[in-house]
Amino acid sequence: MNKQFDILVIDDEQVIVDAVSKICAAEGLKVDSSINAADAILKIKKNVYKIIICDIMMPEVDGFQFLDEVVKNNIMSPVIMTTGFSTVENAVRSLYNGAIDFIPKPFTADELTNSVYRGLRYLDIQKSLAKYSSGNNDASIIYVPCPAKYYRLGYSSWASPENMGSILIGVTDLFLKTIDPIIEIDLLKIDDEIIQGNSCIQLKTRDGLNHSVLSPVSGRIIEKNEMLLSETSLVEKDPYFKGWFYRVIPSDSEYELKQLTPCSSDRL
Amino acid sequence: MFRKIGFKLIVAVGLTALITIGVFAYFNIQSHSNSLLAEVERSANQLSETVKHSTRYDMLLNQRDRINKIINTIGQQPGIRDVRVLNKVGAIIYSSHAEDIGKMVDKKEESCYACHAANKPLERLPIKDRTRIFRTSPGSNRVMGIISPIYNEKSCYEADCHAHSKSQTVLGVLDVTISLEEVDKQIKNGEMEIVIFAITAIIVLSLLIGFFVKRWVDKPIKELLYATNQVGTGNLNYTIQNIRNDDMGVLARSFNNMTKKLSEARLQLFQSDKMASLGRLAAGVAHEINNPLTGVLTYSSFLLKRTQDNPELQEDLKVIVRETKRSREIVKSLLDFARQSVPKKNQANINEILANAISVVENQLSLNHIKLVKNLEPNLPDITVDANQIQQVYINLIVNASDAIGKDGGTITVSSSLLSLSPYGITHVKKAVCPKRHDLMDNEVKIGGMPSIKVKARSNGEEGFINLDPMYGKCRHQYGIEIDEKKEVQFACPQCGISLIEEGKKCPKCGSPVFYFEVTSNGMFEGCTKRGCDWQKWDAVDMSGKKDYIEVKISDTGCGISKEDLPKIFEPFYSTKGQKGTGLGLAVIWGIIDNHNGTINVESELDKGTSFTIRLPMQQIK
Repeated sequence: MNKQFDILVIDDEQVIVDAVSKICAAEGLKVDSSINAADAILKIKKNVYKIIICDIMMPEVDGFQFLDEVVKNNIMSPVIMTTGFSTVENAVRSLYNGAIDFIPKPFTADELTNSVYRGLRYLDIQKSLAKYSSGNNDASIIYVPCPAKYYRLGYSSWASPENMGSILIGVTDLFLKTIDPIIEIDLLKIDDEIIQGNSCIQLKTRDGLNHSVLSPVSGRIIEKNEMLLSETSLVEKDPYFKGWFYRVIPSDSEYELKQLTPCSSDRL
Repeated sequence: MFRKIGFKLIVAVGLTALITIGVFAYFNIQSHSNSLLAEVERSANQLSETVKHSTRYDMLLNQRDRINKIINTIGQQPGIRDVRVLNKVGAIIYSSHAEDIGKMVDKKEESCYACHAANKPLERLPIKDRTRIFRTSPGSNRVMGIISPIYNEKSCYEADCHAHSKSQTVLGVLDVTISLEEVDKQIKNGEMEIVIFAITAIIVLSLLIGFFVKRWVDKPIKELLYATNQVGTGNLNYTIQNIRNDDMGVLARSFNNMTKKLSEARLQLFQSDKMASLGRLAAGVAHEINNPLTGVLTYSSFLLKRTQDNPELQEDLKVIVRETKRSREIVKSLLDFARQSVPKKNQANINEILANAISVVENQLSLNHIKLVKNLEPNLPDITVDANQIQQVYINLIVNASDAIGKDGGTITVSSSLLSLSPYGITHVKKAVCPKRHDLMDNEVKIGGMPSIKVKARSNGEEGFINLDPMYGKCRHQYGIEIDEKKEVQFACPQCGISLIEEGKKCPKCGSPVFYFEVTSNGMFEGCTKRGCDWQKWDAVDMSGKKDYIEVKISDTGCGISKEDLPKIFEPFYSTKGQKGTGLGLAVIWGIIDNHNGTINVESELDKGTSFTIRLPMQQIK
C-alpha cells in the first residue's frame, strides 16, 4: 500500500482512459489507470481503490476475468463496467457476477460522474453495513432488501413476475439510498419496447443529477405507474410495492430471469 | 446407346415378338406340310387304284402288250416317277421304265419293306403303311412311293391263261412312286413367307416402339435432364415448357413446382442471410465506432462542464455534445435494426413511418430533381405493424419510383388515407381445398400476383382446367377450355375428381349452378359457374363486416410498366433495371405486405407513370 488512489480506470483505449481520468480528477478524485486488465489485477492486489471502472471487451484478459479476480481476492471496491451497445447482454452478465453498474459507451461526463457518485455512496453503505454486522446481522437497518420472490439486476432494479405472465418493474431501496431524494421521474410511453440492460427510467434528484435505471427484462410496456408522476416520494416510501414503475409483457422472461439475481439469495 | 430405356424396350419387345411368331410359324408350317402330303398320298392311292382297274381286264386276258402300254402311258405323266408291277417273287413284270422289266427286286428294298419287314409276307395292309417317303439318293428330291397289292380273285385263277393257282393270296404288287419336288417347293415357299413376315413384323414393331419411346419418354427425359442441369447450375428461374398430359407431364409439373419452391426458399434464405450479415456488420461497426465516439463525447461534455463561465465556448461545445449524442442514437438504431431482423409488430403510426422513409431518400430525390408531394391524412390511427419492415416497403417503392423517373425530373406523390371497405374485392383466398381436402391452389398460374385456384371443368363433352381468381369478387378467371355460354359447366377437383358443384343451389343472379370449395379455416367460398357472371359469396368474410384500412399510395410520373410486364413484377428475380437491380425488391415487399394481411396493387401506363397502392388492415384478421 504505497499510494492512495480513489479510482482505477481500465480500458484498452488510451483516449478513454485519459478522458475518464480527467473527468474524475476534475471531481477531485485521485485516479490510477491501466490499459490492460493483467496489470490492473496486480494493482488491485497492491493498492486499495474506492471504485474500479473497467471495460468488458479487452484483448487477452477481459472484463469478466478481471471481475472474477476482484471477487476471488475479496476486494470490496465496487466495479463499474463500461461497454459498447453490442455487448449489452454481457453487461447484464457482469452485473450478475458482482459489478454494481455499467455505463453503455459512448457516455457523457455526467453519466460517468453520476455512476461514480452512486458507486461511492454504495461503498459507504457497504462500509457502514460491515460496521453494523460485527454486532448485528440485519442489513435492513440501513436499507430494505427486496422481497424473496423478486429478481434484481445488480443492485439497481427489480423484476417481479406476476400471475398473468406480466412482469412488474421497479428500483431497489439500495439504489435509492445511493442517490439524493427524487424530484422528477421520466418514464417511457406505453407500448414502448424496453431491452434488458438498457436505460428505461430517468430519475432527477435534488442535487441536480440525472440517474438512469437499467431495465431488468426486455418486453413491451403495457402499464406505467401514473401515481408516481404526481407523488414521486412514493418510490422512496414503498419501493417494492406501491412504488413500481412499469408493468411489462416480457419477450423472453424465462431466459432473462436467469440472468438476474434472485432476491431470496440475499436473505441467507 | 445400349443403356437407353428405348433400346432396352425395343430388345424386350423384339424378343417377345420373335418367340411368339417363331412358335406360331413352326406349328403353321407343320400343319401345312402335313395336309399337303396327305393330299399327295390320297391322289397317289387313287392313281394306283386307277392303274389296277384299267389293267384288270387286260390282265384277265393276259394281254401283256396292252398292259405294258397302259403302264407306260401313265408313267410318262409329269410328277409320276415310276409305275411298276412286281410278281410274287419280286421280279418286275411291267414298268414304265422298260429297262427295269425282268429285274428282281430285293425283299429289303423300299417298295417291299412294309410288308416283308417282319420276314413273313403280310397279306392286307392299311393305306398308311403302304406309303413311304424316301430319297433315291442323298441330295435328290423326296419321293413318295405307294404299293398296292394285287389280290387273287376267282376270275384270276379261273382265267384261260392259268397263270395263277387258287391257293395264292397275293398275285403281285403295283408300285407307284411320285416325285414330291412340287410339294417340297411349296413347303419351302411357305416357310420363306413366314420368316419374311416375322422379320418385317419385328422390324416394324421395333420402329414403332422406338418412335413412341422417343416421343413419350426420351424427349421429356431430355427436357427434364436439361432443366435439372439448369437448376443445378443455379438457374432457378428455368421452367419446363410444353408440359404433356401424361405421367411425364405430372413429373415436369412437380419439377417446376419444386424449382419455384426452391427459388422462394432461396430468396428467403438470401433475405435472412442478408439481414444476419447486416446485423453482424452493424454490431461490429457499432462497437468499433463506440470507442472513438466515447472519446469525443467524454471530452466534449467534460469541457462543457468546465467552461461554464464562457458562454461563447459553451454554445459550440453544446453542438458537439448534441451531435455526438445523435451519432450515438444512430448507432443504437443501427443495432436495433439488426436485432429486429425478426419481425416485431408494434403499434405505430403510418404517417410517422412514411416520414421516416421519406427522410431517408429525400436527398437522393432532390439530387435527381424529383419533386415529392405529400398528401397525408392527418388523423391516422395507430396500427399494429412491423414499423421497420413497412418502412422498408415504402423506401423501396419510393426508390423504385425515382428510378422510373430517371434523371430528367418528375413528381412522386405520396398519399395516405383511411378507408372502410367491404371484404368484397379486397380479401383473397390463400388456401383452398376440395371436400376431400385436396389442395386446389395453383402456384404456377398467378392472377393479380397471387396463386390461383385450379378446378377441372367439363362442358359440352370437353374437359379442361379453369384457374379461378383468388380475389373475392374480382372474377378475372383464366379459362383453359372453350365454354359454351348457354351450356352448363361442371366443376371438379383436379386431383380426385369430386364434384365442386353445390347440389340444388342456383346462382341468384343468373340461375346457373353454383360451385363451392373450402377456404382453410375461413369458411366456404361460393361462386357462379357461368362465365361472365360475377356472383360470389364468402360468408365467413362477409360476416365480419366492413373493415378499416389504411391506404398508402405512391405514384410517380416515370416510364411506367408495360402490360406484358405487369403480372410479372412481383415475381422474384424479375427486374427491369438490368444489372442495377436484383429483382428482389418487389417480391420482398409483396411478402411483407402479405404477412401483414394487406394488399398491394399496381396500376401503370407506359410513359405516364405507375402507382402502387398498399392497404393495411386496421384489425388483424384471425
